[in-house]
Amino acid sequence: MAQIFHPSTNTIARVSIFGGLFFAGGLLLVLNEINRSPYVTGVNVARQQPVPFSHKHHVSGIGIDCRYCHTSVETSSFAGIPATETCMSCHTQIWADSPMLEPVRASFRTGESLRWTRVHDLPGFVYFNHGIHVKKGVGCATCHGRVDQMPLMYQQNTLNMEWCLECHREPEKYVRPREEVFRMDYQPKEDQRQLGARLVKEYKIRKLTDCSVCHR
Amino acid sequence: MNARSFFLTASVLLLASCRQDMHDPPRYRPLAASEFFGDGRASRPRIADTVARGGLRLDKRLYKGREGGALIDTIPMPVTRKMLERGRQRFDIYCSICHGQLGDGDGMVVQRGFRQPPSYHLDRLRRQPVGHYFDVITNGFGAMAGYASRVPVEDRWAIVAYVRALQLSQNATIDDVPAGDRSKLEGR
Repeated sequence: MAQIFHPSTNTIARVSIFGGLFFAGGLLLVLNEINRSPYVTGVNVARQQPVPFSHKHHVSGIGIDCRYCHTSVETSSFAGIPATETCMSCHTQIWADSPMLEPVRASFRTGESLRWTRVHDLPGFVYFNHGIHVKKGVGCATCHGRVDQMPLMYQQNTLNMEWCLECHREPEKYVRPREEVFRMDYQPKEDQRQLGARLVKEYKIRKLTDCSVCHR
Repeated sequence: MNARSFFLTASVLLLASCRQDMHDPPRYRPLAASEFFGDGRASRPRIADTVARGGLRLDKRLYKGREGGALIDTIPMPVTRKMLERGRQRFDIYCSICHGQLGDGDGMVVQRGFRQPPSYHLDRLRRQPVGHYFDVITNGFGAMAGYASRVPVEDRWAIVAYVRALQLSQNATIDDVPAGDRSKLEGR
């Protein structure tokens, strides 16, 4: 009786075993890459907003402090999205006829909220508090990037857990003096390692890496 | 379990894990949108004519800057160096964009076309009682919007105290500087 399998089948069998392993490994790699890509994390993707608000113009052009609009960032978990009234503090007179600002004026007239799209969207199972980060010397730009150079707002960092932990494990690498938290172009005046170590001691910064700190 | 049912179970589990329920749990975050409330807001406005617990504001001097209807001329809080520094910081955040860091009314927003506010250093404004400044910050004045929702009461008084310090600084003479500190000025 003739052989059912040609001798070359041996090779095919070996190749498919190895190939299968590589395929499975490759699939994991690809999935991992997708998971870390802007498609999933939203990094560097400017969101559609009802009004093309430019942080660049308002922060570096005019020199408005972050807290003028994000009023609760020092005292609350939520930094605060400005009320329409805040926009209209200036825009009753400046660009008062601009068609781009019509949604703002409409909101002011009718009392209906502007529906901004959230840019930094942490998962619901993560607890985060702006106030304590500001108090402990984490600069706005450390997490949000150079907002003063973003014409349209986008997310600079992934907000992945490993990213949070980079700082929670070694805060001395990132903290700055409290007075400099809101400075966009802050550069440490001395070696960050020395400064960071001193600030960690002075501000009593603990290395909070227990699961329950954020997943509470 | 044979290979096929294993594969099927695994795929079903993997697909099921794509749900976002834990990412977006059924609770509201601050200022989120809501389909439940008629105005579409999850954060509810205070009901008219109600007082939040701990929010009773009977002290008219502190909360209105008035006493018996008249504007008061003393700050109803202890004025300390710490308070003045807080006042400077808050002034620089909320006021300087129009009033300028010295209070002379040429802030950046004015340079971009907003109606110029009067300088704090005019006699007319220097004679105003502190209650006037508190009232303006709280309720707005002319083209200026009120800042009651943005600046808490204590910070408003700190800003008022700092405005007074600015007025003093812009109308001071060399005789107002303590003798020991004059050399510091000359050095510059």
